[in-house]
Amino acid sequence: MSNLVDIRKLQRSFGGPAVLDGIDLTMAPGEFVALLGRSGSGKSTLLRVLADLDTAPAQELQLPARRSVVFQEPRLLPWKSVIENVALGVRHPDARLLAKQALADVGLSHRLDAWPLTLSGGEAQRTALARALVREPQLLLLDEPFAALDALTRLRMHDLVFELWRKHHPAVLLVTHDVWEAVALADRILVLDQGRFIREIRVDIVHPRRRDDPRTSLVEAELLKELGVEPLHA
Amino acid sequence: MADTSTVSHGTAPEGAVGPVPAKPGSRQLANTARRLASPLAIIALWQIASMTELLSPRILAGPGDIISTAGRLVASGELINGLIVSFLRVLAGFSIALILGIALALVSGLSRLGETIIDPPIQMLKAMPFLGLLPLFILWFGIGEAPKIGLVAFGAVFPIYLTLHGGIRGIDKKLIEAGQTLELGTFGIIRHIIIPGALPSLLVGVRYGLSVAWLSLVVGEQINASSGIGYIITYARDFLQTDVIVVCLLVYAIMGLLTDGLVRAIEAYALRWRPEVIA
Ligand SMILES: Nc1ncnc2c1ncn2[C@@H]1O[C@H](COP(=O)(O)OP(=O)(O)OP(=O)(O)O)[C@@H](O)[C@H]1O
Ligand SMILES: [Mg+2]
Repeated sequence: MSNLVDIRKLQRSFGGPAVLDGIDLTMAPGEFVALLGRSGSGKSTLLRVLADLDTAPAQELQLPARRSVVFQEPRLLPWKSVIENVALGVRHPDARLLAKQALADVGLSHRLDAWPLTLSGGEAQRTALARALVREPQLLLLDEPFAALDALTRLRMHDLVFELWRKHHPAVLLVTHDVWEAVALADRILVLDQGRFIREIRVDIVHPRRRDDPRTSLVEAELLKELGVEPLHA
Repeated sequence: MADTSTVSHGTAPEGAVGPVPAKPGSRQLANTARRLASPLAIIALWQIASMTELLSPRILAGPGDIISTAGRLVASGELINGLIVSFLRVLAGFSIALILGIALALVSGLSRLGETIIDPPIQMLKAMPFLGLLPLFILWFGIGEAPKIGLVAFGAVFPIYLTLHGGIRGIDKKLIEAGQTLELGTFGIIRHIIIPGALPSLLVGVRYGLSVAWLSLVVGEQINASSGIGYIITYARDFLQTDVIVVCLLVYAIMGLLTDGLVRAIEAYALRWRPEVIA
């Protein structure tokens, strides 16, 4: 199977030292990859290159045509209702119908005509997820999409993202600070530090993954060490 | 994934014992009455001063006279005709300002080059006391409708341009990025993000521009008017009819309030997505 994403020797700097310093990244179709790294390690910078939001001179990138992004903030247009927001990026005569289905998928059928500023944080982020998925992306880019949510909502969002991934099967690149989030969801976890991948871990544990499973705990502990955090229970 | 059952608690039972708060309606009424007390007292004193001839009608007519004069002017059709003429002047001048202001703000808000060309001269013109331009306008346009409409347009164009330009520049870049990831294209981003995002600022500019427009009209109509409210004022001045002058000033004020109310209504509808409007 050929790669969906293929990046070689990606360089990026903002005048100073390189933020991305020779990154190689390949992703297979439908693969769920999590990207961990300290704050400022260049995770968002990489994601923005993949989203084609970086205005730097184009490098040689192989990217799929259909990509969607969910950011840490929902970035909904406040002057459009929830369903209008979701339908906005769809070029299809039945955009509204598709948007309705996408919102049903994230459990928001009852909020179709709500204004975004009246949504709770979790609802807004689910709307953003629906807006990303309705475009049937081959590559779904998630930049800490649940970071601003409370712990309970975040756990529910994990289940939701996992279900949606099963259903639509896009390749996913999930940027996160939450080690458990990465372990619970990803096929493969990459750790970025000073512009390079310093670690790659495949997670072959079957879903649903339990946090008290010794195998997940092992991966978690290893990642925490890589990030320079000694786990308390070690 | 459906939300699981919710537990309801903490809501007070119907008819709970305790002090019953005053209905918001009646409290508001009391508040309004309190605020009206002092203006009503002033009007009463004014009326007394007029009736005791402490206040000569050559200085200022009393409230009673003003009301009866208003009735007479309305009945004769004089006031309505003048009002229509004045209103059409504001309408014409303000329309020009609106179209010109929006066009200039779009060009300078959407392109750096446009901003470099358009913004500096507008900032300089803005510093000019525009009512002082009236003599020039008369030299250029004669004494017909053109200088009056021109003065209204000139005064109102700045607030419209400045607020819309600021609104466009102030749009959240993150939303524009979101639009790029949705592949809306430049035109789509302007239509779905920039214009609706700058609308609140534009409406502020429109309201401010309208008040400037009425002000410009009042000044413009004092000179060489042969119709309109300003003409009625000039005529009344020659005959020392202070009651007529006051009636005309009140009409200006009422028209200003009405047009402002219209924009507020548009605002309430167009910005209904804002939580404070929803709540
Ligand atoms: N547009 C920019 N101009 C200048 N410097 C930038 C820009 N974008 C990112 N940087 C710098 O690049 C580095 C990496 O930033 P990036 O946002 O990719 O980090 P991150 O890994 O996503 O961090 P976080 O986890 O805090 O979101 C930072 O030092 C940041 O200051
Ligand atoms: Mg980041």
